[in-house]
Amino acid sequence: MIRALLARLGELLFVAFGVSVLTFLMIRLVPGDAAQVMLGASDTSPEKLAVLRHQLGLDQPLVAQYGDWIWRVLHGDFGTSAWTGMPVIDEIGGRVGVTVELTVLGLLVAVVLAIPAGCLMAAMRSSASDYAVRILSIAGVTVPSFWLGSLLLYGAGTFAPGVPLIGWVPFADAPLANLQRIILPVAAIALPVVATLARVVRAAMVEALGQDYVRTARAKGIGEALVVFRHALRNALIPFTTSLGIMAGYLFGGSVVIEQVFALPGLGRLMVGAIVERNYPLIQAAILLATAVFVVVNFVVDLVYVAIDPRARAA
Amino acid sequence: MKRNPLLLLGAALVALQALAALLAPALAPHDPNAQNILARFSGPTAAYLLGTDQFGRDTFSRALYGYRTLFAISAASVAFALTLGGGIGVLAAWRGGWFDRVAMRMMDVLFAFPIILLAIGVIAVLGPGAVSAAIAIGVVYTPIFARQLRAPTLLLRDTEYVAAARSIGAGDVRILLRHVVPNLAPIILVQASLSLSTAILVEASLSFLGLGTQPPTASLGRMLAESRNFLQLSPWPAVFSGAAILLAALGFNLLGDGLQDTLDPRLRARP
Repeated sequence: MIRALLARLGELLFVAFGVSVLTFLMIRLVPGDAAQVMLGASDTSPEKLAVLRHQLGLDQPLVAQYGDWIWRVLHGDFGTSAWTGMPVIDEIGGRVGVTVELTVLGLLVAVVLAIPAGCLMAAMRSSASDYAVRILSIAGVTVPSFWLGSLLLYGAGTFAPGVPLIGWVPFADAPLANLQRIILPVAAIALPVVATLARVVRAAMVEALGQDYVRTARAKGIGEALVVFRHALRNALIPFTTSLGIMAGYLFGGSVVIEQVFALPGLGRLMVGAIVERNYPLIQAAILLATAVFVVVNFVVDLVYVAIDPRARAA
Repeated sequence: MKRNPLLLLGAALVALQALAALLAPALAPHDPNAQNILARFSGPTAAYLLGTDQFGRDTFSRALYGYRTLFAISAASVAFALTLGGGIGVLAAWRGGWFDRVAMRMMDVLFAFPIILLAIGVIAVLGPGAVSAAIAIGVVYTPIFARQLRAPTLLLRDTEYVAAARSIGAGDVRILLRHVVPNLAPIILVQASLSLSTAILVEASLSFLGLGTQPPTASLGRMLAESRNFLQLSPWPAVFSGAAILLAALGFNLLGDGLQDTLDPRLRARP
């Protein structure tokens, strides 16, 4: 048990290091000179260029640059935004709440809906409607969330014109107004994840229901409800749990895109703006922070997996 | 094969849309970029099968050309990921030892980034555009192909026919190309199809954000982004461009799913 945990912790540290190196290299990989690209082709003043190169740390040897950069990052200094002069971390801090709320609510909705939906699909297996259900669930997986969001927006404008369903109100200011406005974007990003997770639950339930221990439980005369929920579902939830980390990353990506549809002031819109403005320090910090969060989330998911599946402890 | 209607449906969807993309110049009734201000925001009519957008451009013709862009970028990115990632996975399994460990740990690092963030990072470096989008999506799928192909290669490495090939003096390159890769074909086919399905969604997302194909080239994601501001005036371009993206991703997903059921003998017996 302890050895498995230490091994996973070692992997976590290596991946975190690799992610930091790759994110660090981002600015250095820009074709040509990142500082010149940021200034634009028209600005050829060598003084400005030298100042910006120094600010970005481009005037030092690579290893020294990385050491200097990671030291500051670990102390919470991600540099200053190239255009506003504000610390990058403050700009991100002002926007990240929207994206986190979308991601967390999306995951909550997905988990609550996917488990019963998957069980239902497993129960309907090999019935006449099975193919229809499977096509629908695959269509759910492949529906573009930004399209669904646009359609929901259109539907809301057409059928409920008076209801304030768009815009952004911080949760702290008015919780109900906040939740009312976040229903549609959450629905748009959650549907593909509900469909994906429901398929995971279905496959795991179909497999679990065919296992010997289920037959044994039935043979002992245990009621069908208890067999399904106590014996089959508990085992079927293992693959479900392990896919939650990836789904959280997927929802985060979905919210980056959906913010554009609903004009929500989140991280996604900040990053897209930053790419257009070539604001490299901002993009770099956003990618590093978000990826670090998901590395940790996946580590926690791994721990949960070890905790709920005795077979994983031996590995 | 013949008892799998989902596979047939997927194959039909893919074939139909690929044909539409290939034959776009012949099938499109209008120039995809021709503007007709008099026919702005038209609903479906005989002249404009799927209506027109805010510039009076024909939605049907733009969707056909949009398929070309979508398929070209998605296919290029999956080919990139298959070559680079698949190559790394196969070689890692074949060589083993430190090469295996270092290569696969590097794949773990790439895999740690959320998909859209990694793609956005690559595009931030290369600048927005069609080629950047293809490379970005290719990088995203590289670790997936590496992981998917490494495990089966490990099994193939220890098979008797590989040992037999080696015993008659065949070199690594010959064994890999003649005996290992052909046996990986079913896995490659399934993974490529499933990856194409999601690569299509990522490409459409990037275009939607304005980071992929740049105007005036017709692109389904961009069509949706441009037309959604006029939803109340005319929902048609937004509805149809999104539906086209959905059908493209759905076709490849059904195809990959069906191929998996058909090609994987362990699943064949299952209901």
